[in-house]
Amino acid sequence: MGSEAKKSRGRKPLVRTRLPMATQRPEDRVKNFNEVPYGYNEAEAVLESQRCLQCRNAPCVKGCPVEVPIPQFIKLVQEGKFVEAAEVIKTKNSLPAITGRVCPQELQCEARCVMGRRYQPVSIGNLERFVADYAREHGEALPELPEPTGKKVAVVGAGPAGLTCAGDLALLGHEVTVFEALHAPGGVLIYGIPEFRLPKDIVRYETNYLKKLGVKIIPNFIIGKNKTVKELLNEFDAVFIGTGAGSPRLLKIPGINLVNVYSANEYLTRVNLLKGYLFPEYKTPVKKGKTVITIGAGNVAMDAARTAKRLGAENSIIVYRRSKKECPARVEEVHHAEEEGIDFRFLTNPIRIIGDENGRVKALECLRYKLGEPDETGRAKPIPIEGSEHIIECDVVIIAIGNNPNPIIPQTTPDLETSKWGTIITNSKTGETSLQRVYAGGDIATGAATVIAAMGAGKIAAKSIHKQLMGHEIDEEEHNLEVGKCDS
Amino acid sequence: MSFEILDTRELNSENTWMKIKAPLIAERCKAGQFVIIRANEKGERIPLTIANWDKEEGSFEVVFQKVGASTLELGTYKKGDLLLDVVGPLGIPTHTEGAGNTVVIGGGLGIAIATPVARAYKEAGNKVHVIIGARTKELLFNIEILESFADGLTICTDDGSFGIKGFVTQPLQEMIDKGEKIDTVFCVGPPIMMKFISKITEKHGIHTVASLNTIMLDGTGMCGACRVTVGDEIKFVCVDGPDFDAHLVDWDEMMARTQAYREEEKIALEHYHKCRAEKALEEQNAQENK
Ligand SMILES: Cc1cc2nc3c(=O)[nH]c(=O)nc-3n(C[C@H](O)[C@H](O)[C@H](O)COP(=O)(O)OP(=O)(O)OC[C@H]3O[C@@H](n4cnc5c(N)ncnc54)[C@H](O)[C@@H]3O)c2cc1C
Ligand SMILES: Cc1cc2nc3c(=O)[nH]c(=O)nc-3n(C[C@H](O)[C@H](O)[C@H](O)COP(=O)(O)OP(=O)(O)OC[C@H]3O[C@@H](n4cnc5c(N)ncnc54)[C@H](O)[C@@H]3O)c2cc1C
Ligand code: SF4
Ligand code: FES
Repeated sequence: MGSEAKKSRGRKPLVRTRLPMATQRPEDRVKNFNEVPYGYNEAEAVLESQRCLQCRNAPCVKGCPVEVPIPQFIKLVQEGKFVEAAEVIKTKNSLPAITGRVCPQELQCEARCVMGRRYQPVSIGNLERFVADYAREHGEALPELPEPTGKKVAVVGAGPAGLTCAGDLALLGHEVTVFEALHAPGGVLIYGIPEFRLPKDIVRYETNYLKKLGVKIIPNFIIGKNKTVKELLNEFDAVFIGTGAGSPRLLKIPGINLVNVYSANEYLTRVNLLKGYLFPEYKTPVKKGKTVITIGAGNVAMDAARTAKRLGAENSIIVYRRSKKECPARVEEVHHAEEEGIDFRFLTNPIRIIGDENGRVKALECLRYKLGEPDETGRAKPIPIEGSEHIIECDVVIIAIGNNPNPIIPQTTPDLETSKWGTIITNSKTGETSLQRVYAGGDIATGAATVIAAMGAGKIAAKSIHKQLMGHEIDEEEHNLEVGKCDS
Repeated sequence: MSFEILDTRELNSENTWMKIKAPLIAERCKAGQFVIIRANEKGERIPLTIANWDKEEGSFEVVFQKVGASTLELGTYKKGDLLLDVVGPLGIPTHTEGAGNTVVIGGGLGIAIATPVARAYKEAGNKVHVIIGARTKELLFNIEILESFADGLTICTDDGSFGIKGFVTQPLQEMIDKGEKIDTVFCVGPPIMMKFISKITEKHGIHTVASLNTIMLDGTGMCGACRVTVGDEIKFVCVDGPDFDAHLVDWDEMMARTQAYREEEKIALEHYHKCRAEKALEEQNAQENK
C-alpha cells in the first residue's frame, strides 16, 4: 500500500469500493437509444469524491494524457463547489462532459490511482462527467476574450482535435474558421459514438459554445476539394489539420462486398448522424437484421453490436479472434454489452461471408482459435485450430476492425510528408508538419487512438500556432499523450 | 448555411431540373463530378450529378428522376426554397484528354449526366457522337443542347415513339459493325445498360468508361457504402470514381448492391405518401375552417 493511503487512514475511514452510477436496466435500455448511465446526483458525487486521498504527488495526473488537475477538482467537489470544479478541469480539458463519458479511465488516471492499489480506484471519470454536466446545466459564464490579435487560423476537420485547437486559439484572441466535410461538426463524436453512450445534445452544446467564443464553423466544406491546404495558406496565417482516421479497413475475405456487409462507420453513421433509428420519419434506412454479427472487439465493435440490438436484432454476436482479456474496448463498454445480452464468440475468426442467390449475406464461416505464445505486442498469439470451421447464420455483418487515416488531405497536399501508414508526420511535441505554418494532430497523425489524445494534440498545436503567430520561438511541449493508448 | 433554389422545371413526368445557388461549387466543378444534397433535417444525403453550371451567376444545375421518397420530396421544393446541406464538387472529373473518337451514351436519366461530359469531351478536342435513349418519347430531354455541339446524335426509345426503336446498344453495335473508328466509349445510365455496352465493346477492345451510381452516404471515403470491385481491387466510387474502366467492373455485384434497400425504399415511399396525404387533408381542413 502507498504511504499516502496509510497516512490518511487515521483521519477518516476508507471507503473501499467505488460508488456505482445508476443505469437504465439492460432489458429496458436495449429498447431505446437513451443514455445508459444516469450519472451521479450531487450527494453521490460528494460521497465518491470523499474517497480521494488528495495525494500530494497525484499519480492519477501522470496517467492523464492532458494532465487534468485531478485532486484539485475533486477537492472542490468535496466542498460542493461543482461549477468551480468544472472550471479547474477546463484549464486542461475543454470537453470534460465528453471525456468523462468516453475516456478509457481504467488505463489512464484510474489505473494509477493510489486507492486502486489496494481497493478500487476513485471514480475519476464519473466525477468529471458529473461536474461537467452540472456546470452545463447550471449555466457557465463565458470566459473573457482578449483583444483580437488580427491573426487568422484555419482548422480542417471538426473532430475533438480540431475543436480543441479552435477553442484554445479563440481564447487567445485569434480568428478561427473550422472547415468540416460533413453536415455537422463533432467528427467521430457525432457520426460514430452512439447516442446511448454520448448524447448528441452534449456534442452540439460544446460546438455551440465554441461558436460563442467566436469560432466560425463551416460545414459541407471539404479541404482538398473545395479548397486546398495551399490555398488556405494564402488566406490564413496558419492551418491545423485534424481530419481523423475515417477510412474503414475491410477484411480481405470472400464475400466482403455482399449486400448487408457494412463497415462499422457506415452502420454507425446511418444510425447516429442520419438518425436511421428513426426511419422512416428520418429518411436514411439501415438494415435491421435478425442476427447481426460484428467482427472486432474495440469500442467501435461494441457500439455497432449494441446498436444492432437496439434496432431490434434478436441475436447480436461479436466475433473476436483473441480472448476477452485482450478486448481493446473500454471495460465499461464490454460490461454493458454483456449485460445487454451481446453474444461474444471469443477466439473465433471469420474466413468467408456466404451470400444467397440475390447477393445478400446469409452466413459467416469462422475458424476457432487457441492462444499461443505472446506475439510482438506482448499479447498471446491466436492460432487457428485445424478442422474447426463452422458456420453462423446471419443477415447482417459489420466489420469493425479499425480505420485508416483519411487520405484526402495527403493526396491533395504535395510536400506534406506522410508515413507508410498514411498518417501525417508531425513533431508530436509541437504539432508541426513538414510544411511551414501547417500543423496536424489527432488520429490523422497517430492513427486511430482516443478522444483525449486527439484533444491533447489539438492543444499542443494551438500553443505552437500561438507562438508562431506572435513571433515567438516554438518550443517542445513534454506530454503524457502516449498514456493509456488503446486501439479502438 | 443553406442553399437557395434559383429555379426549377419539370422536364417531363419523371424528371425535374433544378438550379441551385452555390458559388463555391460553381467555381470549381468539372464535368463528371457530383454533389450530395440533404434537403432538410430529416432528409437522406442524395448524390446527384452536376448537370450544368454558371460560374458568373455562382449556380449549378441538377436533373433528377423521382424514383423514391427522397427524390419525390426534393421534387416538391420550388424556386426560393432553401436546401439545408449541399456539398461538392465530389468525385474525380471525367478524363477527357486524348480520348479520340468518342461515343457518349446516356440512358434514361443518364442523359442529364451524359450532356456535360459529352461537352467536355468535345471541348478537349475529341470528335463526339452522342447516343441517348429512354423508354418513350415523353422522357427524352436535352436534345437541342446536344445537337448544338455534338458531331452526331442518335436517339432511341424502347417503344419506338421517337428515333430508333430499341436500346442504345443497337446503334452502338451498328457503328462498330460499319467499321466506324471508335477510340473511347463513355456510358451512364441504368447498370444493366452499362453492363451490356461493356460486353459489346470488350469484344472489340474499345476502351470504355462507365459512370457508376452506387448507393452513397458521406461521399468522402469514410463509409464504404459505395464500394465496387474493379479488377481485383475494391474501389470507393465517391473518391476513386465515379468513372471506372467498364470492362473491369463487377456488374452483378454492383447491381445487387444498388438493390440493398428495396424493402426499406417501399416503406419510405408509403410513409412519404401517407405524410403528404395527411398534410393535404390538414390544409383542406384549415381552408374549410376559414
Ligand atoms: C465508433 C467509435 C467509437 C469510439 N469510441 C471511443 C471511446 O469510447 N473513447 C475514446 O477515447 N475514443 C473512441 N474512439 C476513437 C476516437 O473517437 C478518435 O480517436 C477521435 O475521435 C479522433 O479525433 P480526431 O479529431 O483526430 O478525428 P475525428 O473525430 O475522426 O474527426 C475528423 C473530422 O474531420 C473531418 N474531415 C476529414 N477530412 C476532411 C477534409 N478533407 N476537409 C474537412 N473535414 C474533413 C471528418 O469529417 C471528421 O468530422 C471511437 C471511435 C469510433 C469510430
Ligand atoms: C455519383 C452519383 C450521381 C448520381 N446522379 C444522379 C442524377 O444526376 N440524377 C438522378 O436522378 N439520380 C442520380 N443518382 C442516383 C440518385 O442518387 C438516386 O436515384 C436517389 O438517391 C434515390 O433516392 P430515393 O430515396 O428517391 O429513391 P430510393 O427509394 O432510394 O430508390 C428508388 C429506386 O431507385 C433505385 N435506386 C436507388 N438508388 C439508386 C442509385 N444510386 N442509382 C440507381 N438507382 C437507384 C432503387 O433501386 C429503387 O428501385 C446519382 C447517384 C450517384 C451515386
Ligand atoms: S484520484 Fe486517486 S491518485 Fe488521484 S489524488 Fe485522489 S486518491 Fe490520489
Ligand atoms: S459514400 Fe461513403 S465512402 Fe463513398
